[in-house]
Amino acid sequence: MLLKKLTEASGVSGNEKEVRELIISEIKDHVDSIKVDRIGNIIAYKKGVNNSKTLMIAAHMDEVGLLIKDIDSSGLLKFIPVGGIDKRILVSKPVLIGKDKVPGVIGAKPIHLQKKSEWTKALEIDDLYIDIGATSKEDAEKYVKVGDYVCFYSQYTEFGDNLVKAKALDNRVGCSILIDLIKKVNDINFYGVFTVMEEVGLIGAGPAAYEVNPDISIVLEGTLCYDIPKLDSHLVPTYLGMGPAISLIDRTTIFDATLREKIIDISKKNNIPCQYRKTSMGGNDSGKIHTNRKGSLTTTISVPCRYIHSPTSVMSLEDYNNTYKLVNAVLLEFKKGEL
Amino acid sequence: MNFNSELLKDLVKVYGPSSKENLIRQFIIEEIKEFVDDIVIDPLGNLIAHIKGDGKKIMISSHMDQIGMMVTDIDEEGFLRFTNIGGISPYNIISQRVIFENGTIGVISHEPMKDMSKIKLENMYIDLGVFSKKEAEEKVKVGDICIYHSQFNENDNVIFAPYLDDRVGCFIAIETIKKLKSPTNDLYFVFSVQEEVGLRGAKTAAYSIDPDIGIALDVTSNGDTPKAKRFAISLNKGAAIKVKDNSIICHPLIKETLVDLAKKNKIPYQMEVLEFGGTDVGAIHINKEGVPSGAISIPTRYIHSVIEMASKNDIYNCIILLNEFLMNKF
Amino acid sequence: MESKKFLELLCNSNGVSGYEDNLKNIIIDNFKTYCDDIEVDKLGNIIGLKKGASAENNPKIMLAAHMDEIGLMVKDIEENGFLRFTNIGGIDPRTILGQEVIVHGKKDLFGVIGSKPPHLQDEEERDKAITIEDMIIDVGFPKDKLEKFISVGDTITINRRLLNLKNDRMAGKALDDRAGIVSLLECLKELHKTNHEPDVYVVATVQEEVGMAGAFTSSYKINPDIGIAVDVGFGTTPELNNSNSIELGKGAGITLGGNIHPTLREKLICIANEYNISHQLEITPGATGTDARAMQITREGIPSLVISIPLRYMHTSVEVVDIVDIKNTGKLLAFFINAISNENLEGLLCY
Repeated sequence: MLLKKLTEASGVSGNEKEVRELIISEIKDHVDSIKVDRIGNIIAYKKGVNNSKTLMIAAHMDEVGLLIKDIDSSGLLKFIPVGGIDKRILVSKPVLIGKDKVPGVIGAKPIHLQKKSEWTKALEIDDLYIDIGATSKEDAEKYVKVGDYVCFYSQYTEFGDNLVKAKALDNRVGCSILIDLIKKVNDINFYGVFTVMEEVGLIGAGPAAYEVNPDISIVLEGTLCYDIPKLDSHLVPTYLGMGPAISLIDRTTIFDATLREKIIDISKKNNIPCQYRKTSMGGNDSGKIHTNRKGSLTTTISVPCRYIHSPTSVMSLEDYNNTYKLVNAVLLEFKKGEL
Repeated sequence: MNFNSELLKDLVKVYGPSSKENLIRQFIIEEIKEFVDDIVIDPLGNLIAHIKGDGKKIMISSHMDQIGMMVTDIDEEGFLRFTNIGGISPYNIISQRVIFENGTIGVISHEPMKDMSKIKLENMYIDLGVFSKKEAEEKVKVGDICIYHSQFNENDNVIFAPYLDDRVGCFIAIETIKKLKSPTNDLYFVFSVQEEVGLRGAKTAAYSIDPDIGIALDVTSNGDTPKAKRFAISLNKGAAIKVKDNSIICHPLIKETLVDLAKKNKIPYQMEVLEFGGTDVGAIHINKEGVPSGAISIPTRYIHSVIEMASKNDIYNCIILLNEFLMNKF
Repeated sequence: MESKKFLELLCNSNGVSGYEDNLKNIIIDNFKTYCDDIEVDKLGNIIGLKKGASAENNPKIMLAAHMDEIGLMVKDIEENGFLRFTNIGGIDPRTILGQEVIVHGKKDLFGVIGSKPPHLQDEEERDKAITIEDMIIDVGFPKDKLEKFISVGDTITINRRLLNLKNDRMAGKALDDRAGIVSLLECLKELHKTNHEPDVYVVATVQEEVGMAGAFTSSYKINPDIGIAVDVGFGTTPELNNSNSIELGKGAGITLGGNIHPTLREKLICIANEYNISHQLEITPGATGTDARAMQITREGIPSLVISIPLRYMHTSVEVVDIVDIKNTGKLLAFFINAISNENLEGLLCY
């Protein structure tokens, strides 16, 4: 299954090679041109009937993770986070290190030996280390080196009522939908762009947009979902199971209202549930895309993901399917020249 | 439902703080003696009533002791200082009446406090309404224990009373003893002493009985009052079947048997996962070679305050469930 | 069964304190090959007996390793199907955030312990340790569907398979004290080759993590001359030093302190030295947090020893042990047992 392969691949920001190769192998037979640009973005083009406007659909390939910064004398690895990670999520998780995917676990001082005052504090990154079973620095260096990227060790699992647990749902879910579109949609002109390093400051999107120079862009994302009980509804960014989330505003973009309303209308016309993304927190590739060159219209359509940026993100397969349907419906309107 | 309020009313009134259980023990003996085969009082004061049967040896424990306050000092003006017997919170006893074994009444008050949140028992005193040490000593001496002196009330739904902990357990045991006809199992009803200070009575009773199965009848807390700590127990939603507390993880077989019996007989029940506290089976289950044990708990609000509250339906359902359990073939 | 395989089987099974039944068959199947008799007592302790050389009046030695593991328990179900939970045994709430779990209801259900996205957290929140009250378990079913499978009181374990690290080290949950169980098997294998005089009772105890209920009742039943708890000890990591930890790969920790019978302990160290079995020393002045604490005060008192397998990240789902230490522990136990006889027992127990 595609989403399983995508989420289990390692692609921490700056180290997207494995994901990039996987995506290229999936789409290369379904596009008219494909290239990897100078900073690692994939830019694919699908030809269809002529359309005066250029449409770009973008999804970032990278994920949050860790980077090895030191190996201590006992063979334990020190690390720094790559991208926005809640440091509290790290302790006691298994991880995979480097190209060879060496397994390790994130350890810390046992609670029995901590002072009572330490119990109330979150563990700092400096309090944590990765244990690969090495007996010394020399022994560890046989398997890993400083600069190796580390991803969470978390298998794709379907559970509950049509839900999926995986790491890196942000944003392999966007990649997966874009790959599906590239494979299944014909007769429509569009660029499919897979960007690098979104999680460390929207690095890839700017150069990709510069190259494609789109009039309209759709950014596909896995976005925040925090629908725990008893939270006031205005504080819930998105709900799981209530369809694709259309962004209003985030830290990098005020999304164009006309385009947004058109998409809402399309969803109604096609009976596809959708919801607004109600928080203004976070940001994504749209920020770099809509301000590139002369400027352009962007929208972001996202699959809600609970527990995002953790090894155990959760999404609904129903939301996935509805997001695909909505973007597909939007493409048909684009084909008619009505976007 | 035939609810014997009079008996419960009497039970909560009888004096019997931990270590001074003589009066309550005598009261219970009078209630049950014609329904049991044999009565023994062990060295710590546990009341052990035996109803003979052929099946498993089951120990049913409800504790008859109460929390209270022991006098530690009497000052020149006749004010009493005290320490706690069991879990007494300063906040629960401010301005409350207390009564001693001999009927002496006092009221609890406290020194002026800048910050009431810092109040401790050592800031509090009992006022007997006397004007000298001498006068006080005629009524009370150091080492005497007093208990809450508050009223029993009821409406159609609930009982409001002090010391439902654990006289309601004793009530359930007594009502069950009276109802039992030709028991399937060999039953030892224990009215235990000194539960409130560390399950001490149950420990020795279990040693001498050496039961196959242990079951406790005691109150449990609730999670259904405004902003209560999360706890899936509500008043009037049925007998509580204990899964765990701080003294025991109940044996899965006993727990499952209780659940199955409740289901089969359509007795409303709820599962109790208590994150604090303990009860007699905490001591029973590690007796000798081990005793598979569980508990039926009565959902109770305001435990250890001067007015506790329990639902009549729940109490009734506990009696039915206990009866089914004791008649079960193991 | 080969020890690594046995360990894997044990750690990939579940048995939260009070609910150890799932482990019964695995342990019995492995112990029985080397035991003359095996039984499960009333609380679920598994007691294997390997008889000594002579027919009667053999010294009795009890080896206890606990099979229960720390875990969680459902305490309430929210309207929208999220589960609220409490801990069974000592769990650092910080180590369970974002973990996958299995809820052991009428059927096992997968779930995750939810975390708030970092985007929605304020700075202050990030520095605070998370509490159990602030976490939920998401099993992805609405309440009505959920209640067919799950009820308040069901146990929960972290979903973790034993992971092979480098150098025969393994990471996983419940190595405390399933590693001890494996060392008992190692000991049985060693004993099988010898003619030991004592009757050896190998006990997989229940409920150690919630007050040693299993050790109390099994040692009462067996009433041994010597009780030995085989548990885990804090493995050295950078923030610990040699005074409060033992190093991985350097052999069993032999505990010194009030819970330990002094002359027996000296004998144990002598044996280790004599046969060149690597070992370390560990110091606990008062009651140890092991089954030996229960054994020492059972009946008229039982002379006790504690042997600890070094283990890193105790009470988490990524505990790390070295197989070498487990094997060494088994060997040390066997050599010690071989050195005990009616002839020297009384002398050894003298103060």
